[in-house]
Parts: sequence; structure tokens; C-alpha cells
Amino acid sequence: MIVLDIASVVLLAAGALFVVSGGVGLLRFPDFYTRVHAAGITDSAGAGLILLGLLLRTPSWETGVRLLVIMLFLALTGPTASYVLAFAARRDGVPIWREGDPRR
Amino acid sequence: MAPLFALFWVLLSGHFTTLLLVLGALSVALVCLLARRAGLTASAGASIPHALRLPRYLLWIGKEVLVSAVAVVRRVWSPRPDLRPAVAATPAAGMSELAQVTYANSITYTPGTLSLDVDEDQVHVHSLVPADLEALRAGAMLRRVHRLDQGRRAGR
Repeated sequence: MIVLDIASVVLLAAGALFVVSGGVGLLRFPDFYTRVHAAGITDSAGAGLILLGLLLRTPSWETGVRLLVIMLFLALTGPTASYVLAFAARRDGVPIWREGDPRR
Repeated sequence: MAPLFALFWVLLSGHFTTLLLVLGALSVALVCLLARRAGLTASAGASIPHALRLPRYLLWIGKEVLVSAVAVVRRVWSPRPDLRPAVAATPAAGMSELAQVTYANSITYTPGTLSLDVDEDQVHVHSLVPADLEALRAGAMLRRVHRLDQGRRAGR
């Protein structure tokens, strides 16, 4: 199925772009909280699109079901981990970068 | 909880070698131990009707994630990123515990907004630009979480 192949390639490439962008944002953004935002792209949009892309080239339905379950799990664990990090950072008084502050 | 986890392991693994079954038993034991230490109970308000409403919500949140991910990616690559972080509370009153978790996690899942803390009746949110925070406070996501939580009786 050439159509499925093309759609899968597009999804995988877009997912990879999101993953790389998350990494670049992690380096470029100014403080802890904004970096959590950047890292979040990697495991929401990046991982989601890559798994969708893989879903289109699964050889059997069992593999497909497993991929869907992995997507569901990542949608639960990713934000939960980000939340715990941000909650802990705020509790420990990590300052919030505001527009105009120097980079940290 | 343990039989449920065991069934889940077998369904996902599909292998019945001694090694994998032993690993599965150990995983189930570990998860049960952690769940007990964290004070979790088997049911947190999830039900069959709730599960049936879930796909529609997931499709919507998927769309939201893509749209806002594109916005954040543009900031990542722009020579001078337009970052004006804002922190504020967004109302989240009258929700079940499950709905609160869904809402706070959906906020974090959507790039550009990040839950910092969950109170009885509000969620503290950090956002990359004030506009994302305003959109959240306008309540589209909150309404959908309410609908997911209690079906058509939403909006009380």
C-alpha cells in the first residue's frame, strides 16, 4: 500500500522533527519551567506522531493494539512526570524567568 | 488489583515462557506494592460509560496537542523566541478526583501550558505566553473534561 507508506513516512518525519525541536528548545529556553514546556513537545507530539506512523506499518493487529496501549500510557506518564517536576521545582522555590530577565 | 494486572501482562506479552511469566509476576507484585504505598485504590471513578466517552476526548486533545506543539516549535526555532511566561490559577471547581487529574494532565500535555499545582477548586498554570493562559481560562477544555466526567449532564 503505497498511500499508507507515504502517510507513515510523513508522520514519522513530522514526529522526528518534533522530537528534535523539543531537544533544541531544551537547550535554548531560558529557565527550568520553559524547558519543561520544550521537553513536553518531545513526549506529546513527537512520540505520538512516531507511534501513529508505526501504527500504519504494523504487520499484525496485535502489534497495533500494543502501539495504541503504549500511546495511551505515554499520554498518562509524560504529563504526570512533567507535573511532578514542575510541582517540586515550585515547592523548592525555583525562580520563574520573566520577559527581560537574563538567561539562566 | 493483582489479577487485573496479571491479565493485562499476559494480553500484552502473549508469551508463556517461564522467564517472562516470572518477570510478569514480579512486575505485578512491584506495581501492587507501589500502588499501596501511594494509597491508590482500584477504582478512581472510571466506568464503562466513561471509557466510551474517552476516544472522542482523546481525538480532541490530540488535535489540540498538534496545534499548540506547532506554535511552541516555532518559538523554539525563532531567532528571538517570543517568550512572556505567565503564571495564574485557572478555575476547576466541582470536579471528581479523576476529572481533576484529567484536566491538570491535559493542561500539561498540551504544549505551551504546564500545571504547577492542583487545589480543591483551581489549577495553577505556567504558560509560555499569556494568550495560552487566557484560552485555558475561557474554558473550552474544562467543559470537555466535565462532559467526559459526567456525560450529557455537564455544565451544572
